[in-house]
Amino acid sequence: MPELSIKTITELLTLLDKGDISSEDIVRDQLAAIASNDAELGAYIWSSEEDAILQAKEADRRRQSGDSAPLLGIPVAVKDVLNVKGQPCTCASRILEGYTAVYDATSIAKLRQAGAVMAGRTNMDEFAMGSTTENSAFKVTKNPADTSRVPGGSSGGSAAAVAGGEAVAALGTDTGGSIRQPASFCGCVGLKPSYGRVSRYGLTAFASSLDQIGPITKTVEDAALLLEAMAGGDPMDSTSLIEPVPAYADRLPDTLAGVKIGLPKEYLGDGLDPEVRAVIEESIKVCEEAGAELVEVSLPHTEYAIATYYVIATAEASANLARFDGVRYGARVAGADPIDMYCRTREAGFGPEVKRRVILGTYVLSSGYYDAYYLRAQKVRTLIRRDFEAAFKQCSVLLSPVTPAPAYKLGEKESDPLQMYLGDIFTVTANLAGICGISVPAGLTAEKLPVGVQFLGPALGEEAVLGAGHVFERAAGRQ
Amino acid sequence: MPEKKIDVRYVANLARIALDDEEVAVFQKQLEQIVGYVDKLGELDVAGIEPTSHAHPVTNVFREDVVRQGLEHESVMHNAPEETMDQFKVPKIVE
Repeated sequence: MPELSIKTITELLTLLDKGDISSEDIVRDQLAAIASNDAELGAYIWSSEEDAILQAKEADRRRQSGDSAPLLGIPVAVKDVLNVKGQPCTCASRILEGYTAVYDATSIAKLRQAGAVMAGRTNMDEFAMGSTTENSAFKVTKNPADTSRVPGGSSGGSAAAVAGGEAVAALGTDTGGSIRQPASFCGCVGLKPSYGRVSRYGLTAFASSLDQIGPITKTVEDAALLLEAMAGGDPMDSTSLIEPVPAYADRLPDTLAGVKIGLPKEYLGDGLDPEVRAVIEESIKVCEEAGAELVEVSLPHTEYAIATYYVIATAEASANLARFDGVRYGARVAGADPIDMYCRTREAGFGPEVKRRVILGTYVLSSGYYDAYYLRAQKVRTLIRRDFEAAFKQCSVLLSPVTPAPAYKLGEKESDPLQMYLGDIFTVTANLAGICGISVPAGLTAEKLPVGVQFLGPALGEEAVLGAGHVFERAAGRQ
Repeated sequence: MPEKKIDVRYVANLARIALDDEEVAVFQKQLEQIVGYVDKLGELDVAGIEPTSHAHPVTNVFREDVVRQGLEHESVMHNAPEETMDQFKVPKIVE
């Protein structure tokens, strides 16, 4: 049984500070957990003892020489979509098999500066397209709570690694719920920062106007620590927000007194699994007992969110994935001429979900359909943004389910993409509106499947959602 | 069978993805279904609504125009599927 990799960042920092353990101890413990469990769990695509130990020893040297970087010696597992120099970055796609990253993403460079160890590459849906991690070209990841079920996705490897004791903490990316949904399915904390809060430089782009990088952790406080290290403006990402980064972890409150929590009625209507509903109703009570004032709000355009999302996200993906053409990197399949080479390379290199989305995105942008689909979706996106602006005039955070149902069985929804897409209803809206959201473990179903509760905050409202999540997890007796 | 909304082979070619007949048939059905669902966007009156292309439009972002270190040539070429004389090799494009 691992002893250190199941601990939280804050617990490990205390032990490191006291000199009771070294970073090398933590990393070796985590590697042992991976060696003994990952054949079953399938959370990692790649990890290297040599590489991780080298970084851990460097962190230990820094600590001995008096360095007090905030995450010194803490291993972080990284979703296989973020570039870490010298490590593979495949996006769980055949088309990038064998690719070695040539530079650090800004989020990674900042974590390195804060002393973190980049401890391995976690499995995901190919190019972050999916909700189960079953779209990985390389392996299936299982839910640690029930290995016959999916871990969620697309950051399913990161969530399974954290929940399964194979990672102290991990990074995910969230384009339509890909951090919050797997966190909810596996029973960990997942934070999607506001659009632009964390630089996207070095993140292999899926949908550039929706993508955000964020932490998947065991506690809200750990998520706050990782966000603090990664957030901020970046000259390499012109959409990053230059507003100062608060000391999120130091400013976590111990009460919800004076906090107005909005309950969006469209998120609590029909179609919600009864066990999920029971957990959410209990969560509302917990918040009320912790001092929050509850107010019902309305987000009237919710029913159009999935349609809007799947037009905008696929359109952007079709443009972003044009770079995978077999010319400069990745796999190549020879062809009679360059066009033939592109077509064959992409046929062999992309899996079915990626092909489906790139074709859909190309269609909605094509001549004759642009106005009816893409432009119209951008206008509906404005209406969805306005819904949230109006709601946040009445409250500081919103409380909602993360998903309509708990984790489903492996293979259950693989052949019906539309049904799969509809499960994203409570998460895609935050990406469309550019706001922040967190999923916090809230309870279990009768079958012991984790269910998360989501707190949504306005743009740059990370302090509010972290605060609500922190008080909630303590009041619910989970930390 | 209602009229086909989407010519999968034509659009796949625009996207530079070759498909076999079986894939075309599967995608035809799935994409028709998805596009049929997306058509609900047509229910809304969006006259006069500005489109959102970015959630927080940030404008006039400048940085100092200074020379910076580029990517290391050797590690970039290491990822090349085919190379010759330190350059990417591609199929012949002119007669």
